[in-house]
Amino acid sequence: MPEKKIRVLIAKPGLDGHDRGAKIIARALRDAGMEVVYTGLRQTPEMIASAAVQEDVDVIGLSILSGAHNTICPQLMKLLHEKGMNDVTVLVGGIIPEADIPALKQSGIAEIFLPGTSTQDIVDFIHKRVALS
Amino acid sequence: MSEQRKGSTQTVPPSEESSAHREPSAQEQAWEKNTLQPALEKNPERQTEFTTISGHPIRRLYTKANLANWDPSRDLGFPGEPPYTRGIHSTMHRSRLWTMRQFAGFGTAEDTNQRFRYLLAQGQTGLSTAFDLPTLMGYDSDHPLSEGEVGKCGVAISSLADMEVLFDKIPLADVTTSMTINSPAAVIWAMYLAVAEKQGADWKEISGTLQNDILKEYIAQKEYIYPPEPSMRLVIDTFEFGVKNTPKFNTISISGYHIREAGSTAIQELAFTLRDGLEYVEWGMHRGLHVDQFVPQLSFFFNAHNDFFEEIAKYRAARRIWHKAMVERYKSKNPRSWALRFHTQTAGCSLTAQQPYNNVVRTAIQALAAVLGGTQSLHTNSLDEAWALPTEFAATIALRTQQIIAHETGVTNTVDPLGGSYFVETLTNEVERGAREYIDRIDAMGGMVAAIERSYPQREIAEASYRYQVAVDKKEKIIVGVNDFVAEEKPLDILQIDETVAHRQAARLKKLRADRSQAEVDRRLNALRAAAKGKENLMPFLYDAVKSYATLGEICDALRDVFGTYEEVAIT
Repeated sequence: MPEKKIRVLIAKPGLDGHDRGAKIIARALRDAGMEVVYTGLRQTPEMIASAAVQEDVDVIGLSILSGAHNTICPQLMKLLHEKGMNDVTVLVGGIIPEADIPALKQSGIAEIFLPGTSTQDIVDFIHKRVALS
Repeated sequence: MSEQRKGSTQTVPPSEESSAHREPSAQEQAWEKNTLQPALEKNPERQTEFTTISGHPIRRLYTKANLANWDPSRDLGFPGEPPYTRGIHSTMHRSRLWTMRQFAGFGTAEDTNQRFRYLLAQGQTGLSTAFDLPTLMGYDSDHPLSEGEVGKCGVAISSLADMEVLFDKIPLADVTTSMTINSPAAVIWAMYLAVAEKQGADWKEISGTLQNDILKEYIAQKEYIYPPEPSMRLVIDTFEFGVKNTPKFNTISISGYHIREAGSTAIQELAFTLRDGLEYVEWGMHRGLHVDQFVPQLSFFFNAHNDFFEEIAKYRAARRIWHKAMVERYKSKNPRSWALRFHTQTAGCSLTAQQPYNNVVRTAIQALAAVLGGTQSLHTNSLDEAWALPTEFAATIALRTQQIIAHETGVTNTVDPLGGSYFVETLTNEVERGAREYIDRIDAMGGMVAAIERSYPQREIAEASYRYQVAVDKKEKIIVGVNDFVAEEKPLDILQIDETVAHRQAARLKKLRADRSQAEVDRRLNALRAAAKGKENLMPFLYDAVKSYATLGEICDALRDVFGTYEEVAIT
């Protein structure tokens, strides 16, 4: 029986269109054997939460570079909770000031990957995390 | 024998057979045999292949043999003369230094006005405005989608009232201003012209640059609103309006910067940017403008990345390709259309969050490449920009970097100091050839709009970007402080954007809507809508609308009603 593939939703919330990072991560995770759905640009937290339910994903990766993370992340976590998606691992990649990290983790974000992170580190983190759950 | 080995990070266009027909001189052959080979046996080289940051292969040594078909009178020429390889002015930076133009904008119009006046007081010679994401996307600060984004990546401008504050006590008759705005560029420009008029500045005399480059938005930065056709119409409307009313204003800044930031190679940046330029020229001519009427108002904007010589070759090749296209393809007769003028910004994507003070060094080297490549204006990034918009401290060092290059290094004393270098001339030829191949491919697809609709440039960039990331992950490319020479460090003090900006903007908009004549706003927005359905130039209608204090969001919505919006096919 084939092993079940890890399912990941890569999402680009907010108004920003800089999608270089999101696309690289989507491709790296796919190359690492995961099933990846990329939402495309300008997704609201509602759209991301619905897509996560519909695609039944294990992991959501948010790419945020614009400084809107403190608004977007708590909204998404609340919506996921309301939809009963309490097991989904939510990751954030992008430009996040160190000072904002504790509050984001408090809100339920599993990990925050800052600029310069190797794609292998993200792959390893997801494997470890999903194996545990 | 062949030394051309394919590197794993090599770029797609196979323009690397550059030196395939190389015939080394007897002296060079003797050197290889007597000096090189014994040395290699004793000390092998560090790598089996050397490539630029774009993956372009680089030889051990360049000699006359690399320039067998190179004719200096044809390919190099003299500065200020075709093909402009050596620069567009005969004296270059000996007469006039480049414009030191630092991109700035955050918070409210008051915040940014203060930063502008500070930068001018520090010796900056031109202004450059960064708008926040809601403004770039044509939403007012109080729109639901603006939540969390107001004033974050730039200044929040929702109406002429904000624009009046932004340029308060800044004489637009004397200062040149660049505005980084694309989809709503025509609207923001109308606001700027209204402020200029109010200050009593003569439109015929004011100068500055509107970015207004929608094609690279579809290709790279993705801040588009409308589909390509109506977006191109708006761009050509500004060209036409500019020819008649603001002859000294650059109505567009055709930008490779964002293409490079999205992960392209140097050759892709050059090729897609110049092909975008040709697309605008063709749409302008199709409108009925004569090439030499509007092309002198088109300007360019390139990135300055880490690979020093590749960047210099790129700027030199850019001028040569543009000149040739204007003369041969469009039969231009006006030298002002032939000379490619460009702004440069150092590469934001090269800045590291780790050991951020190293970014001062990176930026200085990148800026030097831009200067040696003959730039007309320059923005140097600040050391903290991998984290946030710059603090005043960091922005000042960035400006000082340019001043040091200009006044201390001596590189401005002579024109094109690298001209005639076997390496630089060969690389210029290779970059030019690589870009031409891309341009030919896009021509064969039916032009840039057609290529964008097929996701061709988007896909090429995504491929290059992924290849580079793989090379970095494998440590084939070293980034100091990131994948080597790593150290523990303390967080940097960064600029915090005041979270009350959105509330202050919302309050200002509420008051604006209460104070203005709603009937007048409605009348002018309806006139705009009606004109948008026809073929008239929309600039006068946009100007009327902004003067009634219709907001940016209202105006963009009126055009959304007529033009619809654009959704891209997401590729990964």
